Amino acid sequence: MDETRPVKIKVRGLSKVFGKQPQKAIELRNQGMKRPEILEKTGQTLGLSNISFDVYEGELLVIMGLSGSGKSTLIRCLNRLIETTEGEIIIDGENIPTLKEKALLECRRRHFSMVFQNFALFPHRTVHQNAEFGLEIRGVEKAERHKIAHDALKQVGLEGWEDAYPNQLSGGMQQRVGLARALANDATVLLMDEAFSALDPLIRKDMQQELLQLQSKMQKTTVFITHDLDEALNIGDRIVLLKDGEVVQIGTPEEILTKPADDYVRRFIEGVDRARILTAESAMRPLRSTARESDGPRTALHRMRDHTIDSIYVVDRDRRLIGLLEADAASRAIEEGSDSIIPYLTQDFRKVPMDEPLHNLFAMFSEKSFPIAVIDQQEQLLGVVVKGAVLDELARAGEQ
Amino acid sequence: MEIPRIPLGDWIESGLTWLTSEFSMVTRGISRFTQTGIDILNDGLFWLPEWALLGLIALLCWRLGGTRLAIGAIAGLALIWNLGLWEPMIETLTLVVFATLVAIVIALPVGIAAALSNRLYRVIMPLLDFMQTMPAFVYLIPAIPFFGIGSVSAIFATVIFSMPPAIRFTTLGIRQVPVELIEAADAYGATRGQKLFKVQLPLSLPTVMAGINQTIMLALSMVVIAAMIGADGLGSEVWRAIQRLRPGDGFEAGIAVVILAMLLDRLTQSLRKTRQ
Repeated sequence: MDETRPVKIKVRGLSKVFGKQPQKAIELRNQGMKRPEILEKTGQTLGLSNISFDVYEGELLVIMGLSGSGKSTLIRCLNRLIETTEGEIIIDGENIPTLKEKALLECRRRHFSMVFQNFALFPHRTVHQNAEFGLEIRGVEKAERHKIAHDALKQVGLEGWEDAYPNQLSGGMQQRVGLARALANDATVLLMDEAFSALDPLIRKDMQQELLQLQSKMQKTTVFITHDLDEALNIGDRIVLLKDGEVVQIGTPEEILTKPADDYVRRFIEGVDRARILTAESAMRPLRSTARESDGPRTALHRMRDHTIDSIYVVDRDRRLIGLLEADAASRAIEEGSDSIIPYLTQDFRKVPMDEPLHNLFAMFSEKSFPIAVIDQQEQLLGVVVKGAVLDELARAGEQ
Repeated sequence: MEIPRIPLGDWIESGLTWLTSEFSMVTRGISRFTQTGIDILNDGLFWLPEWALLGLIALLCWRLGGTRLAIGAIAGLALIWNLGLWEPMIETLTLVVFATLVAIVIALPVGIAAALSNRLYRVIMPLLDFMQTMPAFVYLIPAIPFFGIGSVSAIFATVIFSMPPAIRFTTLGIRQVPVELIEAADAYGATRGQKLFKVQLPLSLPTVMAGINQTIMLALSMVVIAAMIGADGLGSEVWRAIQRLRPGDGFEAGIAVVILAMLLDRLTQSLRKTRQ
């Protein structure tokens, strides 16, 4: 992840206590007590404790945790449907917890659209009237908001359903209306609170795909809450893992899977279909040796012998991969008295980008047993994947 | 030692006397205004010939409730007309309509306020319990010094007696709006007013209508009782039958009340259904 990306929402030291004497609970927390002790001592529930994270511009950040982890509280603190106890939430320079009522309304209108778990559609309004709700609230002129709402409904595939009422729609379609209502509003941040959890599994997968497609088109900053790790891994650019109101780990899906921060995370990722998520990068080994394009055949052959390998990848001065030299091709070059190895290179090998899923690699090993080259976007050689490593990685995933 | 009796009744009486004398301007104003309203409504309904009004009501029933309700309305009203109770029936109807309107005008804002403020809720609910459980006749007594004998006093007592359900149901209706919908409105930056008029009120309308239906029914029963302080209408027919010990007359007037009650009930209920 590029950590220099512009930050859209900055959350620092956010805590939330449910109860009448929040300061008392915070004090005990500062003395190192945990949620159950604080509840026992004061009767106050420490919903969130000292949460800090950033939401980058344009990313889809997933906040994941089991029920009781505080994820719903957290998303509601962001647009202050729930008042915070301490900490900062800064969006475009404004600190949300300290905003006055009017400024808060303004901030919600400009920055936040929200999609709810149980859709929260207005039953007395048609699909179209639901979609234009946010715009109506902001006082957008009728003809204009009609058009925007229409476009948003079209985007989620609900053209022609404008005059239906929510109770005439299936769950999946209702949530599309919820999504259209959020999209029409065109706020800078999209908050999705367990948005697909109430849908059945097949429709849920579809909605995830559609969200990803929309996301690749619009690059809208999105905070997505879920209790489902599969969903989090599937759609998240990054994941914030919550447990008992505290952040356990923040990272990309890959990082969470391969470097779980503690036992809790490790247990959490049990049962996840890791082969689907693991990528070439996780099974990649550094190269023992490479040859340079300026090397002669003797040098190259010498290197192979040194490292007891029978082929070597050849790179140019910028470490861009230009080909593979096999040991017998190198011997032939020496026999034929060639100074350069370039004419003897073969392109008969497989190269993959870092984020290639691991199970795709498996099929590539069928005929030839050259290690698979892993390259980045500039074609630079980063490492290789050998057959054994893939098996290892998959086996380890299976064990856990 | 003897514990002295608390002079609760004396306090209430002196309080009422004070109210009567201090606010006589106000009560007289209300009295005049209400009497004028009743007269206009009565005159209007009497100006129409019986068959025309019957036809109009039947038409209304047919539009809102369908054929069966219309046939029932015609049969019921024709019976009342035939028994010679048309005039007292209209007087009763006027009192009910007027009292209900006043009750709704007061009840809706109070109900909304009680729904939105917990503190107000805690004050208003016991007050409503008081209003509903106090024997209805008791309201008739202070009504007389305030507004004198007659229809205005009847309306005053009726409004107090019949208002609680309208308030309760309004409060209930608004409080029953699902939390997610309130959250949704808040999340999109709705002001309190927008939330009330675009979400809470429309969604509580069926419940509010049920409350209004109850209010009408209570108003009807009270208007009959109010005959004791000189209100015109079917109640006074019943009252006269009691005094002269003529059960036949009493039942005739009683049946007319039942017919009117059923008609009003079905009408408001069908109004509620078409709204849903």
